[in-house]
Amino acid sequence: MSLQALTYLVVGLSFALYIGIAIWSRAHDTRDFYIAGKGVSPIANGMATAADWMSAASFISMAGLIAFLGYDGSVYLMGWTGGYVLLALLLAPYLRKFGKFTVPEFIAERYYSRTARIVAVICLIFISFTYVAGQMRGVGIVFSRFLEVEVTVGLVIGMGIVFVYAVLGGMKGITYTQVAQYCVLIFAYTVPAVFIAIQITGNPIPQLAFGSEIAGSGTALLDKLDDIVMSLGFNQYTSGTKSRIDVFCITLALMVGTAGLPHVIVRFFTVPKVRDARVSAGYALFFIAILYTTAPAVGSMARYNLINTIQPGDVGAVDGNLAYADRPGWFQTWQQTGLVSFEDKNGDGRIQYYNDANADFAAQAAEYGWQGNELGVDRDIMVLANPEIAGLPNWVIALVAAGGIAAALSTAAGLLLVISAAVSHDLIKGIIVPGISDRGELLAGRIAAAFAIMIAGYLGFDPPGWVAQVVAFAFGLAAASLFPVILLGIFFKRVNKQGAIAGMLTGLLFTYGYIEFFKGLFLKWAGSPWGDNVAANWLFGISPEGIGVIGMCLNFIVAITVSHLTAPPPEHIQHMVEQIRVPRHVEQAHL
Amino acid sequence: MHRENRMAYWRANLRLVFICLLIWFVCSYGFGVLLVEPMNQIRIGGFQLGFWFAQQGSIYIFVALIFFYAWRMNQIDREFDVHED
Repeated sequence: MSLQALTYLVVGLSFALYIGIAIWSRAHDTRDFYIAGKGVSPIANGMATAADWMSAASFISMAGLIAFLGYDGSVYLMGWTGGYVLLALLLAPYLRKFGKFTVPEFIAERYYSRTARIVAVICLIFISFTYVAGQMRGVGIVFSRFLEVEVTVGLVIGMGIVFVYAVLGGMKGITYTQVAQYCVLIFAYTVPAVFIAIQITGNPIPQLAFGSEIAGSGTALLDKLDDIVMSLGFNQYTSGTKSRIDVFCITLALMVGTAGLPHVIVRFFTVPKVRDARVSAGYALFFIAILYTTAPAVGSMARYNLINTIQPGDVGAVDGNLAYADRPGWFQTWQQTGLVSFEDKNGDGRIQYYNDANADFAAQAAEYGWQGNELGVDRDIMVLANPEIAGLPNWVIALVAAGGIAAALSTAAGLLLVISAAVSHDLIKGIIVPGISDRGELLAGRIAAAFAIMIAGYLGFDPPGWVAQVVAFAFGLAAASLFPVILLGIFFKRVNKQGAIAGMLTGLLFTYGYIEFFKGLFLKWAGSPWGDNVAANWLFGISPEGIGVIGMCLNFIVAITVSHLTAPPPEHIQHMVEQIRVPRHVEQAHL
Repeated sequence: MHRENRMAYWRANLRLVFICLLIWFVCSYGFGVLLVEPMNQIRIGGFQLGFWFAQQGSIYIFVALIFFYAWRMNQIDREFDVHED
């Protein structure tokens, strides 16, 4: 069977599975729709959370990102996993005990304020749409590369599938579909990684191969990689170029941002008990860690493979570089998609791949007769082309396509659900029509989900320039606005409405202002970005990606100060905080 | 369930959270970021230890920490008789 037919078959089968699950797990009421009837086992919830969390970017781009960043890529590895510790210890069990449907609902009740709820809904919708646009784009790209259909056709098919199970099944449908999607994506990710690990080091476990010797050479993979990248003028693989404080702040902003993302928090509303919420975060991170500890291994091995292919002989030797005519099959395949490109700058018919931006290496390169880097490599091929580079059978390639689509769809569905819940539960039931019936609310939720899918599809079809820019903002925003007020709401009884609103707005405006100043998000017509985005201009040397940390600190300071200057929260709110701090229900008389 | 009992339960919880977050911080920000260079002088197999903590070790420790917290917290719930059903 041809690769194309096989890919259609595998992707088609996976779709049939998702739709089958969706029909089996239809939502009957709003509890099913928002929180899957609180009946999800902690392990299933852990898998669903993992699939929800690992997006097209985690699946397709992360290993490639790390391959080219080396040590600096650690900010993503630690940043996108460490937040679960904060979630499990500081938020999840208490929000589960609170026992409602959405994050803005908690903020509204804890701070007895509609204004706080509206601010939270705005943050939530903004964060979620930013994210979902990237997912829909990911679906389109995977379709176009593997199934050779237009990006638009891919998008429409993807939207259709998500529509069926998100609108029909709500959280219940999404959760069980995500369990299946997790299995597809993790299998698709680890199989090629295992084969490549065996080829390079002889050790089948990628996490161990990462620290092993290259088969038959007696040199450790990472040492060899350090040597060869430096001999080509690149930065040492195992050390970074970012400043210490910047690495620190970006990692912390990503961690706290993760813990503040509504589509992640809401997963812990779906389990039956408080103790399930605690352990479920552990399962979620365990399932995430399988991919996140494999990714840096894949990154280093893919970088090694790539350089070895292009530079089979000694650096600087006339015949040290691969002749263009001898390039391997995968090189030709991916050249057609534009993800690999070659330009023979010095006309020697061979491919030179080195760091031509390194001024110290320029003289050396000139001596070799090199006139610039000739190879263009998109970081995404590090995962997408891995099976071909390793010479794996076609079914593995088909599986990678299904895995990439599963990663994108599962994340998109989770995001669409929190958007629809924010609209139907927080805006319509919470503020506009408080007397709406359960059936009416369920219908409103479904309509909101349908609209959200259309908008997401449109954003994926024609992403405005700001989409890529605002991902850092989405995390910074979650870190600087939602996380602190939820945390204070649980751990500091004294924090009141005024403090929470002032804190959220401070964190929000500061973080937004800083990113707008250096990167230019929305005020392009007013001439932003207004400052050069270089380390010398940054506040304390912190880049816009990491500034959410300062926004978070400001939020904490302002919220606590303002709370102490104004009246304490009413007694029933203090009782509510006492109530969520213990797993068992406390009788009113004992509070 | 009396107020003093609940206060003691909450203090026990905060102590556990503090210890876990300390480990969380030391393993990721300590070994993986702030002390990465001295840690890199130590080698385990083909890894420099600081680099290993930044790209592998911290993640394993995060997973273990959550399971430890969940297990220990369930014990504390029982000790103070505030566990569910």
